[in-house]
Amino acid sequence: MFLTISTTGDEQYPATDLGFLLHKHPDNPFSATLSHGTAHVLYPEADAERCTAALLLEVDAVALVRRGKGKGRGGAPDAALAQYVNDRPYAASSLLAVALSGVFSSAMRGVCHARPELPARPRPLRIEVPALPARGGPALVGRLFEPLGWTVTAEPVALDTEFPEWGDSRYVHLVLEADTLTLAEALRHLYVLLPVLDDAKHYWVSSDEVDKLLRAGEGWLPAHPEQQLITSRYLSRRWSLTRQARERLELLRLAEADDTDVEEIDNAVEAETEEGAEEKPAPLAVRRREAIVAALRASGAARVLDLGCGQGQLVQELLRDPSFTEIVGVDVSMRALTIASRRLKLDRMGERQAARVKLLQGSLTYTDRRLKGYDAAVLSEVIEHLDLPRLPALEYAVFGAARPRTVLVTTPNVEYNVRWESLPAGHARHGDHRFEWTRGEFRAWAGKVAERHDYTVEFTPVGPDDPEVGPPTQMAVFTTGTAQEAQAA
Amino acid sequence: MTTTETPHTGNPQPRGRVLPVTDLSLVVLVGASGSGKSTFARRHFKPTEVLSSDFCRGLVADDENDQSASRDAFDVLHHIAGKRLAAGRRTVVDATSVQQDARRQLIDLARQHDVLPIAIVLDVPEEVCAERNATRTDRADLPRRVIRRHIRELRRSLRHLEREGFRKVHVLRGVEEVEHATVVTEKRFNDLTHLTGPFDVIGDVHGCSAELEALLGKLGYVDGVHPEGRTAVFVGDLVDRGPDSPGVLRRVMAMVKSGDALCVPGNHENKFGRHLKGRNVRHTHGLAETIAQMEGESEEFRAEVREFIDGLVSHYVLDGGRLVVCHAGLPEKYHGRTSGRVRSHALYGDTTGETDEFGLPVRYPWAEDYRGRAAVVYGHTPVPEATWLNNTICLDTGAVFGGRLTALRWPERELVDVPAERVWYEPARPLRTEAPGGHEGRPLDLADVHGRRVVETRYAGRVSVREENAAAALEVMSRFAIDPRLLPYLPPTMAPTATSRLDGFLEHPAEAFAQYREDGVARVVCEEKHMGSRAVALVCRDAGTALRRFGAEGATGSLYTRTGRPFFDDAAVTEEILGRLRTAVTGAGLWDELETDWLLLDAELMPWSLKASGLLRSQYAAVGAASGAAFPAALAALEGAAARGTEVGELLERQRERAGAAAAFTRAYRRYCWTTDGLDGVRLAPFQILAVQGRSLAALPHDEQLALLDRLVEHDATGLLRTTRRLHVDTADPESVRAGVDWWLELTGRGGEGMVVKPVGALVRDAEGRLVQPGIKCRGREYLRIIYGPEYTRPENLARLRARFLNHKRSLAIREYALGLEALDRLAGGEPLWRVHEAVFGVLALESEPVDPRL
Repeated sequence: MFLTISTTGDEQYPATDLGFLLHKHPDNPFSATLSHGTAHVLYPEADAERCTAALLLEVDAVALVRRGKGKGRGGAPDAALAQYVNDRPYAASSLLAVALSGVFSSAMRGVCHARPELPARPRPLRIEVPALPARGGPALVGRLFEPLGWTVTAEPVALDTEFPEWGDSRYVHLVLEADTLTLAEALRHLYVLLPVLDDAKHYWVSSDEVDKLLRAGEGWLPAHPEQQLITSRYLSRRWSLTRQARERLELLRLAEADDTDVEEIDNAVEAETEEGAEEKPAPLAVRRREAIVAALRASGAARVLDLGCGQGQLVQELLRDPSFTEIVGVDVSMRALTIASRRLKLDRMGERQAARVKLLQGSLTYTDRRLKGYDAAVLSEVIEHLDLPRLPALEYAVFGAARPRTVLVTTPNVEYNVRWESLPAGHARHGDHRFEWTRGEFRAWAGKVAERHDYTVEFTPVGPDDPEVGPPTQMAVFTTGTAQEAQAA
Repeated sequence: MTTTETPHTGNPQPRGRVLPVTDLSLVVLVGASGSGKSTFARRHFKPTEVLSSDFCRGLVADDENDQSASRDAFDVLHHIAGKRLAAGRRTVVDATSVQQDARRQLIDLARQHDVLPIAIVLDVPEEVCAERNATRTDRADLPRRVIRRHIRELRRSLRHLEREGFRKVHVLRGVEEVEHATVVTEKRFNDLTHLTGPFDVIGDVHGCSAELEALLGKLGYVDGVHPEGRTAVFVGDLVDRGPDSPGVLRRVMAMVKSGDALCVPGNHENKFGRHLKGRNVRHTHGLAETIAQMEGESEEFRAEVREFIDGLVSHYVLDGGRLVVCHAGLPEKYHGRTSGRVRSHALYGDTTGETDEFGLPVRYPWAEDYRGRAAVVYGHTPVPEATWLNNTICLDTGAVFGGRLTALRWPERELVDVPAERVWYEPARPLRTEAPGGHEGRPLDLADVHGRRVVETRYAGRVSVREENAAAALEVMSRFAIDPRLLPYLPPTMAPTATSRLDGFLEHPAEAFAQYREDGVARVVCEEKHMGSRAVALVCRDAGTALRRFGAEGATGSLYTRTGRPFFDDAAVTEEILGRLRTAVTGAGLWDELETDWLLLDAELMPWSLKASGLLRSQYAAVGAASGAAFPAALAALEGAAARGTEVGELLERQRERAGAAAAFTRAYRRYCWTTDGLDGVRLAPFQILAVQGRSLAALPHDEQLALLDRLVEHDATGLLRTTRRLHVDTADPESVRAGVDWWLELTGRGGEGMVVKPVGALVRDAEGRLVQPGIKCRGREYLRIIYGPEYTRPENLARLRARFLNHKRSLAIREYALGLEALDRLAGGEPLWRVHEAVFGVLALESEPVDPRL
């Protein structure tokens, strides 16, 4: 909510020219009411040698929350902003960028009627932002401002000096210095890069946002080495169905009730794919689906359950093969089901196709009579998302109660993790994995399950079968006695 | 099967044939068009009991006589009839039903719902029918040949009706007889709901006469009669295998005859009965022994036995529908029903069609699916120990195989047993090491919790859960919560005090005291609000208790958050805390005093930073960091401008205030943070014992609660447990109220979070009988900065924040409280897991209702 712009000068070009450039007189305090609060401009120092303009935005936090009530009223759409305890009144957020363009609009455009020669002239500039939210940290701040000719000093701010173990906050104390830039350029840099670094959303991005970006980025953005990141972050606040899907208010409330971040519990769908970005399926996921489809075909199954179907990739794959006459995707996450339904275009699917597929909310820790009587069930990368003590419940629900003739279970082979270059040693492949098993552990579990529930089990590697550590994914194929007879016949 | 009709020979009865009709049955009126079926139905049955095909034609085709709509009309009729029968309501079908095919569909429907199909035939002369139709404008042009055909078909049918499957057939001949007949409603034989006992339900005796006598003696019977008028109920299998089946029969038959006992048949009686009737049955499974023992009995006794067995009713519904007794168990949809398959299930149970390694049929675990309200008490399958599963219990503890003979006292639900004198018969397979359905990790059914639901609570009636809230709860329960068996309760949300109008305050205890005064609650206790996270602890005396009572393996209890998540990822840490609690409970002597081997505690776990560290860092500390970084620079700039003579005085002053508020905010959240190492620095403040074995303590007055808990804290040598400071206030005494306010001011002035005001009586209703809020929280002025933001105390902010709406929060608090109480009562009452879970799940679902999260 606060930044200063300073310049130095000499007799020919006194520092107080800053007042002309900004259209704000150094001796008269200026205030303006903006949509999110009141902006003030004042000059702590103003003489020929040094002149500093300070922009102070008093954000009305109460109004910010209250306006956020109800959707589509231009208020805070984001759960994080619908909080009275909010950094908006203190941090140099995207709100400050809006204030900047509101208060210094002429300066940003490089217009100065009184002294038309001034705007085009570079001058020594020093910009100080004491609390800049910077996702990506000081390093990204450098990468964004340095190519534009700034000397960057970005000091991380400690989260709480009384608790040094908490480390740094997401804020940096930023000082930018340059001699080669005009004030208009400096303001346009800030206007674009403050929200990019903040990376939070305080209002819906309207359709003219692209134009605004193009205007403010004129002359510097196209050549910027981080152009792609800047553009995507700036425009990421796009209204989309994925956003709607994110509006899981019920889950948000449960998270709040337990003093938890909603991301901690509403994490069934990974963020990247949710943003609707073109999916580049990891080859392993493709291998896995191929292996599953092959095993299903081999089992002769026609009616198939995809238990823990997630976003419906496998369901989509199965739909392409008419030998699967009924495909039921089950997931506990409503958000996953919403996305799956969109992926499959269920609402536009022809009747005949639609009759083959069904998506259900269900939970594998409960028995579910809707799941009885199917030929096969797939549990692909599912079991490792369950706490180990809950696994017997899943085992009974699937093998004891639903009892499909064939059950396919895939799960990561933890031994293979050493082959992932990007995976730090000892880390699970996914934040929500409650466990990852070695081949031995998986086989031991599967063997006991088969014995307890009268299935036979075979194991198939998925992905390259490393002679030392095995394949990245392990698959167990369970078959009941009756299925074997049916196959033999 | 019975057919009643007036004999053709002899005089017609002068007046009034009496037609018995079972209270739950499908009554099919059979008669030609114009025979007076609708009039008859109107006269003898409730209008809503009668479904007419004409009416259904009208429903689907706007024309009651449109014969082309008959097919659809009957679909509708069958559908409605099915719904009624499923709900246990007698249904009368008013259609011609003169064709066998039409009747067959109705008989199938009756069988589908296990009710008796009953036919009432209205055999009225053709002329009468024709005449009646002629007077009706809508039927005036019905051709005579149609009526003639109806009557022809009716006559042809008469002889077959019983063979078709009607269990009662009443034929009324002529207009006279139709007009003067009366219908009387008969109860089903199995309906003994009017008998309330108390009962002693006795498991499979199998000829173990000595054990039976011993058990009857232990139950207090003197020569087959209980001095307090209790009734014995035998679950069947009195005979076979054991040493003295005749002796057992003699005792039981005498008790039944004198009204001191009821008896349902077992499969062994059934087979023995067929043998007595001279049918050819195989003398296996111990029948040979019975036959041999009967050798010496008189023919008269044999006849009595035959008659006794013949008269046994497959199952009984007793005690207002709360108790169902049968031999092999019975799913809810068969309770009180009458059909071949009901009898067969009652006698033999359900089998999967497979056989096990001993060649015996594999039984379908029907009890696992059972969700009924009535307790089902049965036998048939020998188990080592009688245990409740989903409100069902098998009492066959294998007396004849050297086990025990077991009885269940009802409604006390106490088990009484005597050991077998010896192994009388070698079992074909070893007794199962587990009761039917009792299985490690066996989960609940989705139908227990999914979708829109209504939970019946004893304190607040029906509490609804909406579908979207259940969906969210399912997600959290499935993915993050601990095992439901160790999650028997979730704490309800609590409403804050009404908004204060006092300068500088949003909440103030004066309003809380006033509200309780209004509710008629004089004595309240103020309990300090601990600065941590809500925690529920289930503490078992030992691992054996946890396994036996909660089915938990490898844990001696649980410690979980308000949404059912485990507090600690590391089970060893949880066990360490449970261990310390256990030591304190033992030291305080509470196991014996409360006659329990487990305790469920409501508590606060500190510090808050232990669980909420993510939130603290991402939200609270972040705001502190940002404000701490921004204000010094902003103030310096303003001071610089002021020094230059710029007019910024007011703005500067305001920023100083804001900086002060931000600093106060930082101080406020820091109080909730301290560094812990393992359990060092962790504190637990229990403030209520929720339940113990057999008893919910939700109604135990808070002063007694706190006295018990103080002793618990005293006996904790590890420093884990903390007491709850408290002050009693009389809401009617201004002096006392003032002391309460001062106490709060002092508490919060020193940085305390605030207090919770509770009626001392804990579970209190108001004058209208509605539940009173079990607690009202009054949060401290500084603490509320964490909720409403650092600068909430600024007058312009307070003015806006006072517009907050508490009604929904209060209603939610009461509904969740009622569900919580219900969970505790169900837990204490030993009800099945799904019943407890239903209420617990309801609390979680309600927590996702849209309510201002800051309240």
